[in-house]
Amino acid sequence: MRAFTTLTAIAAPLPLANVDTDKIIPARFLKSISRAGFGKHLFANARFNEDGSENPDFVLNKEPYRKAKILIAFENFGCGSSREHAPWALLDFGIRCVIAPDFADIFNNNCFKNGVLPVRLPREVCEQLIEDAQLGGNARITVDLERQVVIRPNGEEHHFPVDTLRKHLMLNGLDDIGQTMQHAARIDDYEAKQKASQPWLVQA
Amino acid sequence: MPKTLFDKIWDAHVVETLPDGTALLYIDLHLTHEVTTPQAFDGLRAAGRGIRRPEATLGVIDHNIATDASRYTGIVDPESALQVATLERNAVEFGMPLIPLLDERQGIVHVIGPELGRSLPGMTIVCGDSHTSTHGAMGALAFGIGTSEVEHVLATQTLLQRPAKNMRVQVDGNLAFGCSGKDIVLAVIGKIGTAGGTGHVIEYAGDAIRALDMAGRMTVCNMTIEGGARAGMVAPDQTTFDYIARTPGAPKGANWESALAWWRTLPSDEGAIFDKIVTLAANEIAPQVTWGTSPEDVLPITGIVPNPEDAPNETRRAQLQRMVEYMGLQPGQRLQDLPVDVVFIGSCTNSRIEDIRAAAAIAKGRHVADGVRAMVVPGSGLVKLQAEREGLDSILREAGFEWREPGCSMCLGMNPDKLKPGQRSASTSNRNFEGRQGPGGRTHLLSPAMAAAAALAGHLADVRDYQPKEALS
Repeated sequence: MRAFTTLTAIAAPLPLANVDTDKIIPARFLKSISRAGFGKHLFANARFNEDGSENPDFVLNKEPYRKAKILIAFENFGCGSSREHAPWALLDFGIRCVIAPDFADIFNNNCFKNGVLPVRLPREVCEQLIEDAQLGGNARITVDLERQVVIRPNGEEHHFPVDTLRKHLMLNGLDDIGQTMQHAARIDDYEAKQKASQPWLVQA
Repeated sequence: MPKTLFDKIWDAHVVETLPDGTALLYIDLHLTHEVTTPQAFDGLRAAGRGIRRPEATLGVIDHNIATDASRYTGIVDPESALQVATLERNAVEFGMPLIPLLDERQGIVHVIGPELGRSLPGMTIVCGDSHTSTHGAMGALAFGIGTSEVEHVLATQTLLQRPAKNMRVQVDGNLAFGCSGKDIVLAVIGKIGTAGGTGHVIEYAGDAIRALDMAGRMTVCNMTIEGGARAGMVAPDQTTFDYIARTPGAPKGANWESALAWWRTLPSDEGAIFDKIVTLAANEIAPQVTWGTSPEDVLPITGIVPNPEDAPNETRRAQLQRMVEYMGLQPGQRLQDLPVDVVFIGSCTNSRIEDIRAAAAIAKGRHVADGVRAMVVPGSGLVKLQAEREGLDSILREAGFEWREPGCSMCLGMNPDKLKPGQRSASTSNRNFEGRQGPGGRTHLLSPAMAAAAALAGHLADVRDYQPKEALS
């Protein structure tokens, strides 16, 4: 996983609530067996017309947002299907950070596993950031994970919450399977105990 | 301290608590399918890792496959074929048990787990699929995970998890005629909203939940994810135990007695604390149908399309306006007047034998309206065989329904069963998002009995006007 430390970038405004993972990447594009290449299908139903041409009204088809690395949206971002293809598609397009008032649980987890930072900020702040983002190319937003702040183009800072363990893994780009493997002896003990107390679980 | 059902299962599965409060949680059963696993197996391969407990892992093919006879001659779509072949190859390479595509036990992952007796009370169950919440109906803690977490469970049989909050949804009283588990869960989502359960695990309680059969409870737990909660649960009771006793995976002999003794300790203790409690009166629930493009946009079938101008704020007004346009509706229009092109009875929400019986009871002796395509897709090979033994397939075929092979089918638009742009469906599935059943498709979610009624009427209809004409057998 790529580490996430500080990012200063163009932010794309997507002032919608309940952006579901079917919207982020429709199921018909989930047939690939690799993690790469989903970016070209990101928001496919909104981004492209039926004939495959670009929809000029969709934010990611406009300058300067084609180069956006931050996405700002409203409540319950990433609801619906558990597909990790959603953060893969965001990442493959170039989005490293999504800012919203809140996120659906599974999507939130999936982002942390892939170096995409979900940032929770109150609705009013998201509305301000969307206005900033709508100013266009000169407006850059900074996300500093170490200090847990988002910095508006005018210099105003907003603190955001993040779990300690997740922050550590993200700042260092660590694979959490390796972390868990350090507890292998405890897992062995657990399994031995369970085998004795709940033998029906291992009869299969 | 009194504990909830969730607390008890959680506490019994914590291997270790890390300094920041994250738990290393042991996973008893890991279900897998072809869509969310290829990249996880790639990760294992790259790191030289294997599956820690293959016998606690079970694979099945469900999302990609056609539900017509073409499955017997090979998958037509090359990308689907590759994804299925990849799961088959990974199962062999990593020693993972896999139900073969043409096996009679093949079916939707959330139908086969309980049906084979693999999903049991008190277990932790995961799958790379949000509707894993279904298995909570067994009195298990079951939730969906992403592909990185699939890899983590394959390698370690554990997950790093933050504890969830407890929420109780209490449904008291008796369900009225024409209503089912589907109507309960749609009404719940209508009440709490699609983010109402975020950060919580929901335990369903009350007489109306106790009165549901296991299929009804699975429908309720299945759509819990649509209310934002990761897991839904129902405390195990005699209904649960009787169901398990009939499955091939039921613990045998002395194991049955000791399992039963533990399962009986699982229900939430008197006085256990819930962070949030929501109460519904079952007798006030009418047959439900969604009108918009989020499961929370649901109304009784007697309702009318809302007017965006009546919205409480501009954000909601814009949202409603977008929905009305996408769905091709007029504010004030009666839901019962909306003509349907396609009726889909199936999916992990509603494809069990009880669901098919409910549809057949309404369809018997009647006929699907002209111009409507109505399809019934059983949830598994075993459901299909049972339905055929009961003659339900003949009743449905005679009424003009297609009787198909098991799979996810038209729930999600990634196999050949899709809506065409602009088509309107009455669907027993779980999501009415834009494009979910195919680009441009318009989905109305409802129960199997309501779907059957819509097929007969040719438009959304009130199942209470379609009492069964004759008994099933």
